[in-house]
Amino acid sequence: MKELMLGNNAVARGLYEAGLSIASSYPGTPSTEITEVIATYDEVYSEWAPNEKVAMEVALGASIAGRRSFCGMKHVGLNVAADPLFTASYTGVNAGMVIAVADDPGMHSSQNEQDSRHYAIAAKLPMLEPSDSSECYAMAKYAFELSEEFDAPVLLRVCTRVAHSQSVVETGEREVPPIVPYEKNIAKYVMMPGNAKRRHPIVEERTRKLVALAEASSLNRVEWGGTKVGIIASGTAYQYVKEVCGDDVSVLKLGIVNPLPEKLIRGFASKVEKLIVVEELDPIIETHVRALGIAVTGKELFPLDDEFTQRLIARKLAYPVPDGKAIEENVPARPPVMCAGCPHRGMFYTLVKNGATVLGDIGCYTLGAAAPLFAMDTTICMGASVSGLHGFNHAPGNEKAAKAVAVIGDSTFMHSGVTGLINIAYNGGASTVIILDNSITGMTGHQQNPTTGLNIKGDPAGKIDLEALCRAVGIGRVRVVDPYDLAASELAVREELAANEPSVIISRRPCALLKTVKHKKPLSIDAEKCVSCKACMKIGCPAISIDDGKITIDATLCVGCGVCTQLCKFGAVYGEDKA
Amino acid sequence: MKTKNVMIVGVGGQGSLLASRLLGRLLIDEGFDVKVSEVHGMSQRGGSVVTYVRFGDKVYSPLIDEGEAGYIVSFELLEAARWLKYLAPGGKIVTNTQRISPMPVITGAMSYPADLAAKLAALGADIDAFDALSAAEAAGSAKAVNIALMGRLSRYFEFPDDAWERALEAVVPAKFLELNKRAFTVGKQT
Repeated sequence: MKELMLGNNAVARGLYEAGLSIASSYPGTPSTEITEVIATYDEVYSEWAPNEKVAMEVALGASIAGRRSFCGMKHVGLNVAADPLFTASYTGVNAGMVIAVADDPGMHSSQNEQDSRHYAIAAKLPMLEPSDSSECYAMAKYAFELSEEFDAPVLLRVCTRVAHSQSVVETGEREVPPIVPYEKNIAKYVMMPGNAKRRHPIVEERTRKLVALAEASSLNRVEWGGTKVGIIASGTAYQYVKEVCGDDVSVLKLGIVNPLPEKLIRGFASKVEKLIVVEELDPIIETHVRALGIAVTGKELFPLDDEFTQRLIARKLAYPVPDGKAIEENVPARPPVMCAGCPHRGMFYTLVKNGATVLGDIGCYTLGAAAPLFAMDTTICMGASVSGLHGFNHAPGNEKAAKAVAVIGDSTFMHSGVTGLINIAYNGGASTVIILDNSITGMTGHQQNPTTGLNIKGDPAGKIDLEALCRAVGIGRVRVVDPYDLAASELAVREELAANEPSVIISRRPCALLKTVKHKKPLSIDAEKCVSCKACMKIGCPAISIDDGKITIDATLCVGCGVCTQLCKFGAVYGEDKA
Repeated sequence: MKTKNVMIVGVGGQGSLLASRLLGRLLIDEGFDVKVSEVHGMSQRGGSVVTYVRFGDKVYSPLIDEGEAGYIVSFELLEAARWLKYLAPGGKIVTNTQRISPMPVITGAMSYPADLAAKLAALGADIDAFDALSAAEAAGSAKAVNIALMGRLSRYFEFPDDAWERALEAVVPAKFLELNKRAFTVGKQT
């Protein structure tokens, strides 16, 4: 059946049809939907793991047990899973194992723009890169065969514009291969030095065989056109090149991006007058071509940063570009904001009011760094708030340490905050960690996590008790506050900052967007009492605005959280209780 | 057939994803090659969001670039202005007249530009500005504003009503189907 399908959905469909039996992932834009769609297939065991390292180890374990397995993650998630990745390359697999990694050129929803192809090279693993949904589907399916044929986990790289674009896919039926019996094989699966030493040459030999595959595979194909210019491209860059150049140029389209072929490239280069590599992010194909001693144009023409577009390709290759008319007036920017009723807002307001230095983390609450609260000092990676705070506070002579806190979401805390907290409990100090517990993984679109009590299918599951966990690792002072209650939040922050021992504040209130959360009636402004002092506007609530000097609350956005009510000294914000 | 481009722009949370999926479904049913590019994650949190729908005999790039959009469907007036430079010469803008203040306006740092529809028209844009929010409310729910806008857009395509209806049935959950069918009709007819 022909369907319009998101790249991520197509990956899930391909894996499913190839007999995927077990999937473990951690959500991360733009990879999340792959595993969400897998979770809709009842024949597949699927789960959200606490982090990508765990997910990859689960997938490897399942592969060793003899079933086709999968883990998916965003590019920075592969950093977390890098440890098992490199050694899984040595052990190889039993049943096929596929690892999807989603890069985010242009950083639509990421903290850096790293290029995952480096991992394939460094870990010496095959990597496939689809350029639309139909290739996502076909390559996901093929990846299992490849994995089993070459005894290696296979990396499937998608980028945002493939993962989150829909195009036509023709689907088929699911076929499940029989379980591959597990046989004890210490030399293959126990990677102590003596065994690993014998595995490494096998890995190198595998790469040689994979190069031979890359020379002949239909995934690497030449589309002949004009021969004045020959372009090597993969992924979305291929689509942009075809869009702009059509048949003016010849294109070597690479579907296997690691390892790269040699003879195929030499043959292609010899038949075109000028060779150009068009690749987003790092010059990986280009460096390979140069190492072959072939003259090539690459990054001297195309940027190392940001995602490409057809306009960029057209400009660089001297094709005409259409121009639109822009409005001359300065159009106010519309940055993403914390939602009306977001429970994080009250805590951020409290931290700003008390002059705290805030080491932040990855999640919706990173938006606390935006205007008008500017309530964050650092954001690095998952978990870095907690461990970073420990270092910040132990830096000799740091006067800011007295008022420094870490803020981290519930899911991020489970992912890699808890190890930082163990470090604080173990090595001491007086750090205050605030867990912003909104009872869901918010930014990636409401996935369950170990603290929510529900699994990936929404069924009841084990529930990690955050208070008990923090106490169990050795934190003596653990308290819970409702961030809608500004007085209680302020008291908690002041007392825990003053305490001469490590402490945890759990700022608990479910995400206002959760369907299970009941909203109160929207609030209103009493125009007779309001003096337009703008105290209510300090919190950056999108429901509150000022027009012609008059404060108004947008009833379609307001969920009646009452944080602004507590800021009004004139009693001008009222709810349904107004007489 | 040369690839045609429809941009759907709005504010995160307004339902532009469903609108693009409706259009994508219709176009694939009509036998076109189709690509729809969406944005998920961070920018959905009340930020400016844009979705690209492209169709033709063979579509390569999933993106629409400056000066390429034959149609811009805007869920909010300021967003129509923001993305104007993506409109192709002679292109059509179908926009909701609803105004949603962005953070710089909310905080009073900037003001919401006045008379935007007239300004866009003055720049040569063929603009159809209408109150899609009221149309959606008349149909039963403000949330159906996305489908009301698609109903309006349908005026400018030659696809039969029953093709749109089949696409609606394919992409809208059953319990909201009647509401969205009404919103589509009201959007088309007002």
